[in-house]
Amino acid sequence: MLTLTALDWLILLLSFAFVLGIGWKLKSSMKTGPDFLGAGRTLPAWLCGLAFAGASTGALDVIGMGAAGARFGLAAAHFYWLGAIPAMLFLGLFMMPVYYGSKARSVPEFLGLRFDAKTRLINAVLYLAVMVSSAGISLYLMARVMQGLHLFDVLVRLASLPAQGIFPVLVGLLAAVVLAYVLLGGLAGAMYNQVLQFLLLVAGFAPVVFLGLRSVGGWRGLTANVPAGSLHAWQGSGGHPLGMEMVGLGMGLGVVLAAANWCAGQRVIQTALAAKDMESARKAPLIAAIPRLLLPFLLILPGLVAIALPTPRTTTEETVLGGAIYRTTTVVRPEAEAGQGLVPARMDPMTGKPMIAASGQTVLDYDMATPNLLMHFLPTGLLGLGLAALLASFMAGMAACVTAFNTVFTCDIYETWLHKDGSGEHTLAVGRGAAVGGVLLSVGGAFAAVRFNSILDALALVFAVVMAPLAATVLLGMFWKRATGHGAFAGLLAGIAAALLHHGLAHGDPNDLAQNVWTAIFAFGASLLVTVVVSFLTTARPEAELRELVYGLTPRKANKIWWKRPEALAVAILLAMIALNILFA
Amino acid sequence: MSFDLRVALGWMFLLTGLFLGFFGFASKDNPSLWVKSLGMDVDLWWGLVLAVFGLAMLAAGKRAQTRRIRL
Repeated sequence: MLTLTALDWLILLLSFAFVLGIGWKLKSSMKTGPDFLGAGRTLPAWLCGLAFAGASTGALDVIGMGAAGARFGLAAAHFYWLGAIPAMLFLGLFMMPVYYGSKARSVPEFLGLRFDAKTRLINAVLYLAVMVSSAGISLYLMARVMQGLHLFDVLVRLASLPAQGIFPVLVGLLAAVVLAYVLLGGLAGAMYNQVLQFLLLVAGFAPVVFLGLRSVGGWRGLTANVPAGSLHAWQGSGGHPLGMEMVGLGMGLGVVLAAANWCAGQRVIQTALAAKDMESARKAPLIAAIPRLLLPFLLILPGLVAIALPTPRTTTEETVLGGAIYRTTTVVRPEAEAGQGLVPARMDPMTGKPMIAASGQTVLDYDMATPNLLMHFLPTGLLGLGLAALLASFMAGMAACVTAFNTVFTCDIYETWLHKDGSGEHTLAVGRGAAVGGVLLSVGGAFAAVRFNSILDALALVFAVVMAPLAATVLLGMFWKRATGHGAFAGLLAGIAAALLHHGLAHGDPNDLAQNVWTAIFAFGASLLVTVVVSFLTTARPEAELRELVYGLTPRKANKIWWKRPEALAVAILLAMIALNILFA
Repeated sequence: MSFDLRVALGWMFLLTGLFLGFFGFASKDNPSLWVKSLGMDVDLWWGLVLAVFGLAMLAAGKRAQTRRIRL
């Protein structure tokens, strides 16, 4: 049985001390609402960019990408390349000038300025729901993974609780740490820590990837040990990467989900909005795109290596020593023995036996692929660092959700509808209260979390229903000056209705991921269509009112030195992405 | 905001790297510890890398600090 040594605990607790210490150091800067909710718009581009990267690499990504790597192979890189890079570049080049220039603190506030109060309200309410469910799922996921590793069982033993008591203890502890530093440092606390946590993720995972690749015999050895095509992003599975045909992949992942995630998501956009000036705000998503190009190797490869390694078996070894026969039995947990490689089988909690799918195959618990690989290769010392990395990624993602929740609640619900003219100190108190509320709701969500086959699929569903229509609204509002408030509102409702209808009708599709992507495409399409039609039937706002709210009516200033312009950086990233796609086609 | 993040990053990675490095150096002749990591004393090497990264961050942060004071 694997246990943590004093060195592991030391390294783990050191990282937590720094996380909380950063919150503590920022406490004195938190004097008014804007400091707490928007970091006072003072941060440099590199910090915003790395915080952007950290906010978008939460537990769902780290665990989910390992799971997707074990399931789909390197085709999972499409989530990062096709599904992220182009949208991030688009956000930095064309959308940040409008978002930042409008001086809105949140995406709903921007929609309020561009359209009307009802569009802002529905967007805000939907956001709150998405943020709570997203934080709840990641809390649930992280607690479940930590429970599966049995490393923290000592906590319940110390408190003399039953072994099942570990799940609520873990949920409570993880939520409490995130809440503590968000309460102390607000958005700045979350962002400073996202930078630290992102670097910690790289520091903790790089040795695992190195050791994993080495043990299977390098890239060539990995190719020989995984199903054919697993190491190709495009050619694998008969031209249907991720079980999708090209239209679904390109439209769904590359346009709809990408726009929903990057171009309309408060969770990431708030990190760019905290930048000190326009150029820094535009550069933040671009800087975040650079590590994103290489993250598949850090996050997807562990899943592939985990499935390629030999499955552990219970073995008995006989040794004869001085006439006596010694039998040493190495017992492997039944879920590990029934699994594939280091990916355990999913156990039925009722029968205690591995779950079998309709096709006769054992259902694998892909979410354990990456954590099990960490346990397998990391010696004492680095194990503590690896765990710190895993927990850090979780905290970064959860804090992004919590800060988005408290900003949207404070700016778009409380200040707009409940208490119109509060002082700076008052807003600060409300923001802190909202953070507490958001965390408590997420804890509730973690306990209520329904079991899905893989976490990314669950998130894809929430995205399809809520975020895909929102993306259409934001894009039309920003790039089409004829779009009206009534149009946007009707489009949002139509998109949500279309998503629910499609999801209800298509229920039972064996490939959840592809189905959810199509749900998102329908929702996006319906929202787009209805917004356009209703906009033509209603009166548009005069152009003078839309200055700095629509891209075409926003003045632009370019840096005189061409290679310092965001455009130059974006072109370089795009070329690198194309090169990676060709190299790993 | 009131403090340079690079200084905090520097101290964290320097301390983590030193802890790992010292442990790796002290137990470099104990192969049973490194069975999992394919016989390599990864604590020592990765600890050194992290410590160097931490030092670089600290240097960058401190340099910016002195420049601010001079201004």
